Amino acid sequence: MFYREAGQFKTNYKDDQAVFPILQDRLAIGLFLIVAFVAIPYFGNDFFINSMMIPFLIFSLAAIGLNILTGYTGQISLGTGAFMGVGAYSCYKMTSIFPDVNIIILIVGSGCFSAVIGMIFGLPSLRIKGFYLVVTTLAAQFFLEWCFITIGWLYNYNDSGAIEVPQREMFGIIVTGASATPVTRYLVVLSIVVVMTWVASNIIRGRIGRAWMMIRDMDIAAELMGVRPLQAKISAFAVSSFYAGVAGAMMVFLWLGAAEVESFDVNHSFLILFMVVLGGLGSLLGSFMGAAFITLLPIVLGAIPGILGLHINAAALEHVKFMIIGALIIFFLIMEPHGLARLWAIGKQKLRVWPFPY
Amino acid sequence: MDLLYNIFVDPFVQMAGTPDFFLQVLWEGFVTGTLYSLIALGFVLIFKASGVFNFAQGIMVVFAALSLVGFHALGVPAYLALFLALAVMAALAWTVERVILRKLVNQPEIILFMATIGLSYFLIGLGEFIFGGEPKSMITEELGLPTGSTVIDVAGGIVILQHIDIAAALIAAILVLGLAIFFSKTRIGRALRAVADDHQAALSVGISLNQIWAIVWFAAGIVALATGIMWGARSDVSFALQIVALKALPVLILGGFTSVPGAIIGGLIIGFGEKLFEVYWGSLLGGGVEGWFAYVLALIFLLFRPQGLFGEKIIERV
Repeated sequence: MFYREAGQFKTNYKDDQAVFPILQDRLAIGLFLIVAFVAIPYFGNDFFINSMMIPFLIFSLAAIGLNILTGYTGQISLGTGAFMGVGAYSCYKMTSIFPDVNIIILIVGSGCFSAVIGMIFGLPSLRIKGFYLVVTTLAAQFFLEWCFITIGWLYNYNDSGAIEVPQREMFGIIVTGASATPVTRYLVVLSIVVVMTWVASNIIRGRIGRAWMMIRDMDIAAELMGVRPLQAKISAFAVSSFYAGVAGAMMVFLWLGAAEVESFDVNHSFLILFMVVLGGLGSLLGSFMGAAFITLLPIVLGAIPGILGLHINAAALEHVKFMIIGALIIFFLIMEPHGLARLWAIGKQKLRVWPFPY
Repeated sequence: MDLLYNIFVDPFVQMAGTPDFFLQVLWEGFVTGTLYSLIALGFVLIFKASGVFNFAQGIMVVFAALSLVGFHALGVPAYLALFLALAVMAALAWTVERVILRKLVNQPEIILFMATIGLSYFLIGLGEFIFGGEPKSMITEELGLPTGSTVIDVAGGIVILQHIDIAAALIAAILVLGLAIFFSKTRIGRALRAVADDHQAALSVGISLNQIWAIVWFAAGIVALATGIMWGARSDVSFALQIVALKALPVLILGGFTSVPGAIIGGLIIGFGEKLFEVYWGSLLGGGVEGWFAYVLALIFLLFRPQGLFGEKIIERV
C-alpha cells in the first residue's frame, strides 16, 4: 500500500535508468545515509562504532569486491584475504615513502597495487574455471602470505614483522594512528565505502558490468556475441582486487592499527566468501547484509550467555561459535541459496502487493 | 651469473655430491606425497560420485583421528576404538547425506561447495568442543603399527627409513588397490561409477542416489581415518592438519579431478617436487617455500593442461 511504483511516471530515459527508480527507495536510502552519517556518530558509543560498525563497513567493501568477481563474473576466488593484504602492505610502504601525501589518497591508491597483483593471478582464469580457479587463487593466497613474511622490505625490516600505522592528519584532524577517535575513523570509512559502493553500482549497471554478467552466464555465448573474455575477466579481477585492497588498507589503517600476516590468512578469504554467498551472489545489497551477518554474529553470540546468566568458559564459547556459524551457513544454503538479498527482494514484493497475496 | 649458477648448477652439484642425503630427501618426498595422495583420494571419491567438491575432507581426517584417540583415551582398547571411529565416520556420512546433500540436490556447484565449507566449520567447532584444541599424539603402538627405523648404507652415507612411513606407503597401496577392486568388480562400485557418469541415467535404472552418497561419504571417511592415523603417527593430531589438507587441491589439479590414479601420481609429484625444491632451491628464496610451491606448480601446470594429467578433456558447447 505504501510501497509501490504506481503513479510514478518516468518522462525521460535518465529517470528510467536511475539507480533507485522508486521514490520510496530514494527516501529510504536518504534516511539510511542520514542515520549512518549523523545519528550513529552522534549517539553510538565507542564499542558500537569500533567493534561493530567499522568492521562491518570494511568487510562490506571487501565483500563487494569479491561479489564483483564471484557474483557478477562467476569466477570463484579464495584469495581475497591476500589481496586485502597487498592493499594494506602497499599502503604501509607508501606512507613511509611519501609521508606528506594525504592518507585517503594513499589508501585508495593502494588499491591499484592489489589490482595489478589481482590481474596477474587472474590470467589463468582465461583458460580454466570453477574449482580449478579456486586453486589458482589459493596459490595467490599462500604465495602472497609467504611474501608478506619473507620480504622484509614490505614491513621496513622491523623485528616484529608487523606493520604499524603511523599517525596521519587531515585538515588538522587525526585520522589514523592510536590517537584517532573511533568517530573520525568511522566517518572516513563510511565515506569511502559509500563512494565506492556508488561507483560499483554504476560500473555494474554499465557496459563493463553487463559484459561481466554475460561471461558469468555463459562465457562461450558471450564471446560469440562480441564480449572479449580477456578484457572482461581481467577487468573483473582488477576491480575486485582493487576493492579488496582498499578494504585491506582500511582494515589496518582505520580499524586494527597494526597487523601481521595472520590478519590476511586464508580464513579471512573464507569469511568473505561466506559473506558473499550468504548475502546473495550478484547483489551489492547482499554484500552489506552478508557482511553484517558474519561480523555481528560472533558479537551477538558472545553476548547471549551473559544475557541468559549462563557461565560458559571462553574457549568453549569460541568452539560453539564455530559450530553455529557452520550450521547457520548450511541452514541458509538449504533454505535460501540465493542469500539474504533474495529474502529482502521477497519482502519487498510482499510489501508492494500488500494487503493482497498477489 | 652467480644467480644462474645457484639455480641451474649448484643444486645438482649438491645432489651428486651427497647422494645419501639426496635419497633421504626423495624418501621424505615420497612419504609426504603418499599422504597428499590419500587426502586427495578422499576428495576424488566424493567428487566422482556426487560432483560435490568436498572441502571438509581435511577436517574429516582430523575428526577421524581425534575420535580414534579420544575413544582410546576413554579406556577403550585400540582395535575397538578403531572400529568405533569407523562407526563415527559412518554416522557422519549418513548425517551429511540426510541433512545436507539430500536438501541441496540440483543446486549449483558453488552452493554445494559452500555447504561443505560450512560443514568443515561445524566440524572444527565440534571437534574442538569435544576433544579440546591442543595437539594429541597418535596411539601408534597400541594399533600395532611399527615404530622403529631402518638404516641403509648407500653410496658412502646412510638413509634412514622410518618403519611407520613404510607402513603408510603399504597401507596407501592396499587402500588404493582395494578401492580399485571395489569400483570395478562389486555391484555397489558399478553403481558408484554409474552415478558419477550421469545422475539422472543412474536414477532411471534404479540406483538409489541417497544410498550411494552415504556409501561414498563413508568410503571417504575410511580413507580419512587411514590418513589421520598415518599423519598422526608422523606428527601429532592437530587442527593444523586442516590447512595442510588444502594441498590436496593442487594434487587434484595435477591428477585431474575424477581420476584415482591421477590422485596418487599427482600426490607423489607434489611430494617429491616440494621437498626437492625446498631443500635445494628454497634457500635462494629465503626458505619456507613449501607453503606455496604446490599451488604455484599447479597454477603453471594449469596454463598448459587445464584438464590435468588424467582428467577428461572438457568440451563445451553453447
